[in-house]
Amino acid sequence: MYVAVKGGERAIDNAHAWLAEERRGDQAVSELSIEQIRNQLTLAVNRVMAEGSLFDPDLAALAIKQSRGDMIEAIFLMRAYRTTLPRFGYSRPIETANMACDRRVSATFKDVPGGQILGPTFDYTHRLLDFALAAEGEVPEAPTVTAASERIPHVAEFLNQEGLIQTETPSEAVPPDLTREPLELPADRALRLQSLTRGDEGFVLGMAYSTQRGYARNHAFVGELRIGTVDVEMDIPELGFAIDIGEIEVTECETVNQFTGSKTEPPQFTRGYGLVFGQSERKSISMALVDRALRWKELGEDNLGAPAQDEEFVLYHCDNIQATGFLEHIKLPHYVDFQSELELIRKLRREALETVAGQVPNVAEAAE
Amino acid sequence: MDTDVLKGGFSNAPVQSAQAFRAIMTLLARPGEILGVQGAMPPAPLSVAAGVTLITLCDPETPLFLAGAWDCPEVRKWIAFHIGAPIVPRAQAHFAVGSWKDFGPVTDFAIGTPQYPDRSATLIVELETLSTDGPALRGPGIKTHTTLSLPDVETFQANATLFPLGLDFLFTSGTSIAGLPRTTKVEAT
Amino acid sequence: MTHLYTTPEAEMNAYNFAYLDEQTKRMIRRAILKGLAIPGYQVPFASREMPMPYGWGTGGVQVSAAVLMPEDTLKVIDQGADDTTNAVSIRKFFEKTAGIATTEQTTKASVIQTRHRIPEAALSEGQILVYQVPIPEPLRFLEPSEVETRKMHSLEEYGLMHVKLYEDISRHGAIATAYAYPVKVEERYVMDPSPIPKFDNPKMEMAAIQLFGAGREQRIYAIPPYTQVVSLDFDDFPFEASKADHACDLCGADDSYLDEVIMDDKGTRMFVCSDTDYCAARRHAGHVGAQGIPEKESVI
Repeated sequence: MYVAVKGGERAIDNAHAWLAEERRGDQAVSELSIEQIRNQLTLAVNRVMAEGSLFDPDLAALAIKQSRGDMIEAIFLMRAYRTTLPRFGYSRPIETANMACDRRVSATFKDVPGGQILGPTFDYTHRLLDFALAAEGEVPEAPTVTAASERIPHVAEFLNQEGLIQTETPSEAVPPDLTREPLELPADRALRLQSLTRGDEGFVLGMAYSTQRGYARNHAFVGELRIGTVDVEMDIPELGFAIDIGEIEVTECETVNQFTGSKTEPPQFTRGYGLVFGQSERKSISMALVDRALRWKELGEDNLGAPAQDEEFVLYHCDNIQATGFLEHIKLPHYVDFQSELELIRKLRREALETVAGQVPNVAEAAE
Repeated sequence: MDTDVLKGGFSNAPVQSAQAFRAIMTLLARPGEILGVQGAMPPAPLSVAAGVTLITLCDPETPLFLAGAWDCPEVRKWIAFHIGAPIVPRAQAHFAVGSWKDFGPVTDFAIGTPQYPDRSATLIVELETLSTDGPALRGPGIKTHTTLSLPDVETFQANATLFPLGLDFLFTSGTSIAGLPRTTKVEAT
Repeated sequence: MTHLYTTPEAEMNAYNFAYLDEQTKRMIRRAILKGLAIPGYQVPFASREMPMPYGWGTGGVQVSAAVLMPEDTLKVIDQGADDTTNAVSIRKFFEKTAGIATTEQTTKASVIQTRHRIPEAALSEGQILVYQVPIPEPLRFLEPSEVETRKMHSLEEYGLMHVKLYEDISRHGAIATAYAYPVKVEERYVMDPSPIPKFDNPKMEMAAIQLFGAGREQRIYAIPPYTQVVSLDFDDFPFEASKADHACDLCGADDSYLDEVIMDDKGTRMFVCSDTDYCAARRHAGHVGAQGIPEKESVI
């Protein structure tokens, strides 16, 4: 006698209990604190903030702990929390020219005013597992220097002085917000950039890499990469001026790309732009390359049919929360649809076999 | 500050707006039916039903047009406080409220575009009385036919020919409300 | 950082009735009204990230949250069954965030959220059926670009769909679409009925209000009661609402959609109603299928 499976509710509760136990792991090992994650897994925290679209290192650390280190799951937790937050207003655009830089490099000039600041980079480390880290050791103190107090100008400004790089016209228009309005195509650059900065690091990296390998190739120089903190200011109408509501760490990348000119524009350099929460170098460089590839239409370039030039393709597929949800949902029950396919396949096979069977005598005759 | 302005909103917005929306949704899904709504006490000449509809559907994201006598300081203040909808000329409005006479010809309102027929205005028409005494209605939401006391016939017939573009209407009178989407065919009387 | 130290109960109570904030609900409600006014047209809406993943019914959940009132009774089904894990999870979500009554009985529900099925019992005028939709665009598998498909809908240019169906016939002798079978609504918009088996298509001309929510794709669409919904077909190859050629082995129903259950490793099959409430109600009324036993003798 067949009895339909019951007890979904209990099964779910039990699965959740088991998950909590697995997350905690061996209770003889001390539990990770939010402070430890926030301080020692900073780059993971940064990625969760960037793709979660919420600058809050404590919450990002909590999300990483709760998700057992599954980054996309942690990003999802941030996003789901973020949507419930009331919106009090909008800040002024951050001024990255006033950034207190921890790192600032340019690949286009040997030296630039403000200097090359390597900062805390992996770039020149030898990727050898450091077994000393396995034993919790003391970290040698890094030498310090008093931070330069003067403003560090953007490298693109130097090219601008010569008129060699395309000028970006400032706009007072309120940028669209894809978290409040459905994505509508064609998307303007502000919307594309918003989508890319929230986009999956791996996806944006892959897209950027494809442009380097020849799919809409447009050789990019890293004009400048800077990482540091910037003030966030908000206009308070009652006060009549803006107040500082805090500071955030961001990574900004401006690429300089060759442009041979079009009917309306003389030959000059053009830019790709990337701006990401936290120290997120790989992501911001990738973002700048993809931004540049997506600008083909406004710059009068040819559509080469490359994936990175197709804004619909890029914008509709770069969000890892959408992507992972739809991908993983196929493990949910689909037996009703499968049943209808089963019946269809049986019917088509039956008809096909009957047709073949009907043809057999003819085949035999031909053989004789 | 004028304290009257502070009054007349929902006392329990999540619940009251849910109930009001269900009524409005039912009415647009079943043209010809009349339901009662309550919970808002807007200033004259806004009816209770129109006030409830505005609070339920409008907010700072929905430009609103006030027709004729409905464009008065009391109504503007009440809307500014409880709803926050920007008051705009008719061509930019997502919603509009007023009497049929004050609306005049309804040709200037947004009827949507072929790619986005949803970008069309919803008109809240205030009537002296609202009853099922009127021309016959047929179309989606209606099993055979219904009847409704419409203020006009030709306008609604013309509107239906624009489908899938067109305007959608809600009729209000006191606490009563009815709906007429663009899909409804109004028969000549 | 006080937000880190609130209790789960306090967190949940901090959310609004039916989880969504009022402004989000208004935005969804406006989209629903336009959907009802333009039957079958997909209204774009600014779908929010929900506390369950895209693909788990976020569109349906947002529509239900915008529609529910405290006095509602909610039923949630997945594959026709109330006890499937995702149906249980969504039902619990609304019990917790909206404090509403729930039921497994189709006739007692005022709002029914469904994934992949339409209940067997005819729905009545007071009821609302909310569908979870993965890909709302019926033309998507023929034309991947949203820019193009939007154009096709605006021009009522559905030739591509007819070509596809016709190619099926010339290749297989039949239309090779078994679920998510496209329909035309009020002779205007071609619409995806969500992945229901085509057996359910004829039920879409019903007395209840039908609402469709696609969260990830940010679309809402609707069918008012008594609206014309026609499954696409050809004069010489008319649409056929097929199901397994059996009766339910538990309740004996020969008019319900059936699940095929594999009973042992020899491949023994059994066919049972996919709509668990329909099957239970029939057994309760004394109907017994070929392999069933009368309800009063069975232990539940």
